[in-house]
Amino acid sequence: MTKLQEAFTGENTFIGFTVAGDPSIEKSVEYVVAMANAGADVVELGIPFSDPVADGPVIQAADLRAFAAGITTDKIFEMVATIRQQTDVPLVFLSYANKIFDYGYDRFYQRCEELDVSGTVIPDLPVEERDELVPIAQKHGVAVIPLVAPTSGERVAKIVSGSQGFIYLVSSLGVTGMRDNVANDLTTTIEKIKAVTDTPVAVGFGIHTPEQVKQMNQIADGAIVGSGIVKLIEEQPNNATDAITKYVQEMKGLAQVK
Amino acid sequence: MQEMKSETNQTGRFGEYGGQYIPETLMSEIDRLTAAYNHYKNDPDFKAELKDLLINYANRPSLLYHAKRMSADLGGAQIYFKREDLNHTGSHKINNVLGQILLAKRMGKTRIIAETGAGQHGVATATVAALMGMECEIFMGKLDTERQALNVYRMELLGAKVHAISTGTGTLKDAVNAAMQEWTRRMDDTHYVIGSTMGPHPFPTMVRDFQSVISKEIKAQLLQETGKLPDAVVACVGGGSNAIGAFYHFIDDSSVKLIGCEAAGKGIHTDQTAATLETGRIGIFHGMKSLFCQDDDGDIAPVYSISAGLDYPGIGPEHAALQAQKRVQYVGITDDEAVDAFEYIAQTEGIVAAIESSHAVAYVKKLAPTMRPDQIIVCNLSGRGDKDVAAIARYRGVDLHD
Repeated sequence: MTKLQEAFTGENTFIGFTVAGDPSIEKSVEYVVAMANAGADVVELGIPFSDPVADGPVIQAADLRAFAAGITTDKIFEMVATIRQQTDVPLVFLSYANKIFDYGYDRFYQRCEELDVSGTVIPDLPVEERDELVPIAQKHGVAVIPLVAPTSGERVAKIVSGSQGFIYLVSSLGVTGMRDNVANDLTTTIEKIKAVTDTPVAVGFGIHTPEQVKQMNQIADGAIVGSGIVKLIEEQPNNATDAITKYVQEMKGLAQVK
Repeated sequence: MQEMKSETNQTGRFGEYGGQYIPETLMSEIDRLTAAYNHYKNDPDFKAELKDLLINYANRPSLLYHAKRMSADLGGAQIYFKREDLNHTGSHKINNVLGQILLAKRMGKTRIIAETGAGQHGVATATVAALMGMECEIFMGKLDTERQALNVYRMELLGAKVHAISTGTGTLKDAVNAAMQEWTRRMDDTHYVIGSTMGPHPFPTMVRDFQSVISKEIKAQLLQETGKLPDAVVACVGGGSNAIGAFYHFIDDSSVKLIGCEAAGKGIHTDQTAATLETGRIGIFHGMKSLFCQDDDGDIAPVYSISAGLDYPGIGPEHAALQAQKRVQYVGITDDEAVDAFEYIAQTEGIVAAIESSHAVAYVKKLAPTMRPDQIIVCNLSGRGDKDVAAIARYRGVDLHD
């Protein structure tokens, strides 16, 4: 069983997202470690991009803070090396295709392998185009995590066949951000996925309450929370550790929501 | 429309360029669009309705005009202008918009969204949406809404809602981002009319096909008037739709030189340029693998041009492939050269051409004197320049009072 799959064996699987370098490299390392220590099963690190078309305003603003702090792909790998001295939490990158393409597929996945980064989520790389990258990632033992959307329909089987790590199920239309009602017809899509593969399914986009995390763990295998955490960093960029710790504990069901 | 000539496979590749690099949320809709386009492009009713609109609504065929004064003044080749500026709404954009909105209607859509740079595509889209009784929302960079305020009002007059986009650089690239985001939120009743030969397949092929009417007409008109093919075809290139339209039916005619003029801004060796083919490198953005202006870390670089319509950090994938095959030559034209040409064609031929098209005119000014009087240059005048008059006055330091 891979490290990523193992992350889905406990209760209430929780994947926390933050933008690498937001608001600074030092603080970003601290926040990733805080998430891991608070019980996050996987941490998803966003690689900032100039034009994050799949992201809403909260994460766009985080990308800008990271750029202001001088973040680059090389600095993100240095950052991961520092994180690795403090935690072995499973890490995955969220990156737009061009950041990886321009870095060089082989060079990028080689660095992932060296730093024990388990997977990549690439929002603008549909199944039609993933063959140019998947064999290279596999060579380095890194999963290319497929995204399934509420609109995927007949495409689901094609998308999830041969999947590794986990499947990122996009809960709703549009871009990332916090939502009160996550689409109810997720179960139909999850059934379609489960008919094809045993790869765990984590639901993301819009999830930001402990109840939603619990609900997603009932109908799927885990929940991904992004904007909710990024918002805490936006509110107090240099002092978010306690707030993040408490938030993750609540999401994991390890602490009482006041 | 016409059969495909370039190497494009099912997923819309032009050599190594093209493809479908977009979020999964949109892929089913893109699949539906591809199937609908492949069906209707050969459907006699669809073709007849489009042809009727092109003739009776858009004013096609556009004139092929022999610019005798300019030809004599430059003292070389005979210069012909393909007058896309005389189309309804004042640019070539209407050719593509009529095709796509007609297709959207066949697909059962009731709402149209589009990006726009200079506003020409936005105006064309708002116009055809009004004609077909469809809801319309236009996304435009905030900077561009200021540069092209008249076009914003024109779109609103036509019943469209205009969103000024202030994220990023507030220009065309950001308008495309915003329109794509809107499409991922709502695609059931909505078609995104991409205005150039860019984006994920099928857009680069579909837009090219709808615009290829330009070169089809040029060929027939010039053969009728002179019995010859042109020696050169010159067009400006932003995303590349008027250029591919003007080049397409000449790609297999190896005697015809094809020249695309991109916006060099303050010069291709400065950081204030939009000359993607000369300064960009291969990347993945806006749904396609193509050439893009990027920084050292794979982020899309801010670009600059006096022209809001050429101010784009990418290029359609077919142009990237045509450059790689050395079939088309791409040259950079600076702001200064374009403004000089804007004034020159106005004073020599009495034509106020768009600042975008003036980039092509600027190259014709350089090219014509190097050719013989029995040779022919066709220059595509992609749009008219009324929208640019105030900005050019400002560029020349003239204070206009309304």
